[in-house]
Amino acid sequence: MKFMRPTRAGLAALAVGLLAATAAHAEPTVNKGDNAWMLTSTVLVLLMTIPGLALFYGGLVRSKNMLSVLAQVFYTVCVVCILWALYGYSLAFTGGSPYLGGLSKAFMMGITPDSMAATFTAGANISELVYFCFQMTFAAITPALIVGAFAERMKFAAVALFIPLWVTVIYFPIAHMVWYWAGPDAIVDAAKALAAAAPDAKAAAQAKLDAALADGGQVYLWGAIDFAGGTVVHINAGIAGLVGALLIGKRVGYGKDLMAPHSLTMTMIGASLLWVGWFGFNAGSNLEATGGAALAMTNSFLATAAAALSWMFAEWIVKGHPSLLGALSGAVAGLVAVTPAAGYAGPMGAIVLGLVVGVVCLFFCTVIKNALGYDDSLDVFGVHCVGGIVGALGTGILVNPALGGTGIMDYAAGKIADYDFAAQMISQSKAVLTTLVWSGVGSAVLYKVVDVIVGLRVTVEKEREGLDVTEHTERAYNM
Amino acid sequence: MKIVMAIIKPFKLEEVRDALTAIGVHGLTVTEVKGYGRQKGHTEIYRGAEYAVSFLPKIKLEVAVAADQVDKTIEAIVGAAKTGQIGDGKIFVINLDHAVRIRTGEADAAAL
Repeated sequence: MKFMRPTRAGLAALAVGLLAATAAHAEPTVNKGDNAWMLTSTVLVLLMTIPGLALFYGGLVRSKNMLSVLAQVFYTVCVVCILWALYGYSLAFTGGSPYLGGLSKAFMMGITPDSMAATFTAGANISELVYFCFQMTFAAITPALIVGAFAERMKFAAVALFIPLWVTVIYFPIAHMVWYWAGPDAIVDAAKALAAAAPDAKAAAQAKLDAALADGGQVYLWGAIDFAGGTVVHINAGIAGLVGALLIGKRVGYGKDLMAPHSLTMTMIGASLLWVGWFGFNAGSNLEATGGAALAMTNSFLATAAAALSWMFAEWIVKGHPSLLGALSGAVAGLVAVTPAAGYAGPMGAIVLGLVVGVVCLFFCTVIKNALGYDDSLDVFGVHCVGGIVGALGTGILVNPALGGTGIMDYAAGKIADYDFAAQMISQSKAVLTTLVWSGVGSAVLYKVVDVIVGLRVTVEKEREGLDVTEHTERAYNM
Repeated sequence: MKIVMAIIKPFKLEEVRDALTAIGVHGLTVTEVKGYGRQKGHTEIYRGAEYAVSFLPKIKLEVAVAADQVDKTIEAIVGAAKTGQIGDGKIFVINLDHAVRIRTGEADAAAL
């Protein structure tokens, strides 16, 4: 064969070809604006738990138990952070099975300041360490929510043992099932490769795309959508709380003694911090500082306000007086319900969601709770589980573009998928049921284990005296 | 010597104090208490929990007087504390055996 020296034109063509190839596979970069927003969001979510949730819950208990609530919430944050770093992040957000990730990132192996995490836009990344921390705050607040259900009677040692077990066995798998996916880049790249593949390479390219689409948590694969954690956080914690309240039993004197909140002032401070911090929770779940985040923020204003008003007015009509606690509880219920919907619903849809959940949660926290007679001290089930279910199902309805929703992105097709009401509602229902069963049954088992090892409940005398003094040898107030 | 103990409505405290000063009673002890008589309480509602709160905040004041001052003292308190509404309160007169002023050691009448 004759050796052909490349001509100048040939070289030019080669150069252009190489350039094009490089541009098509440009080095992914971290967007500083997105990173800055996510760093901020992370801190806002921490604020939700400490002191937001701590004060919200603390103000609702009797003063003799205030410190015990603060201690349980604070401890939960600290212990979950460590477990998240050791193995939690890996189990939740690496591939393994559709039910649980693997240990490839245990001890944060391989994660450096330069590591990147995907967002919802192909080619746009944030620092993996930021994503790690952001998700860590979610893992921390979820078990902290549970303590409200068995407040004023659970041993600290039991809480100390239960939280690590629960977060490991219940939270990490559910987070994986709902939120783990291959990421937009893997899917978009595989789809592009398929489109560009020669006819005899189509099958292999298709297989690659199928693999990318199948690389996800089970609930994600069912097509369920949950923007910021209605299932993962709220239904999850809510049902675990109810189970705990049922297993540990009612507080001594429940239904007879005066157990009024010792400081609704503190509760209001806590609820307000929760609302502010929740913008990190919902809008931060967009992972980018784009219009999507702004939509989540908008919905987190409107649903919350609507729910606060609907609870308050419903109470005013039914009971004769508007209460601050009602308005605050409604606001929290609204935030819970909008959590799965924040990035998917339209603003008017968010208002409707809020109006509905305010009344539904009021009903569960009063009529249902009193009819069934269980002592869920701080209404973890009535607000978080019920609110989460309303939100999860509501998301399936409100994501419909015809109702102002965003629709769901089909990354392989590169466009918004057609909305299918029945299919979406089935997916949402599956997500709700999976969470209820996994968390409900799993938590029951864990409570029993803790009961056997350490005992769940303090003695009657200690409960009467107050947990602050008996469990912690401290007083919340020395006045 | 007697102790005149009066349970009155909290907002009446300053008036009663002034009335007692006017008749020459210059010291008294005040405690915040809760109680009820014929005055009904109220309902407090916190989410699903409704509490019938029958105890109402009151002020208990105790003043030690000579036996011959008791009637004047009662008259002063009643005059100042009465509103005519249920819940105005009650006055009790209790026997006092001894009294001592701690600073000087004065006893009985000299201590009042």
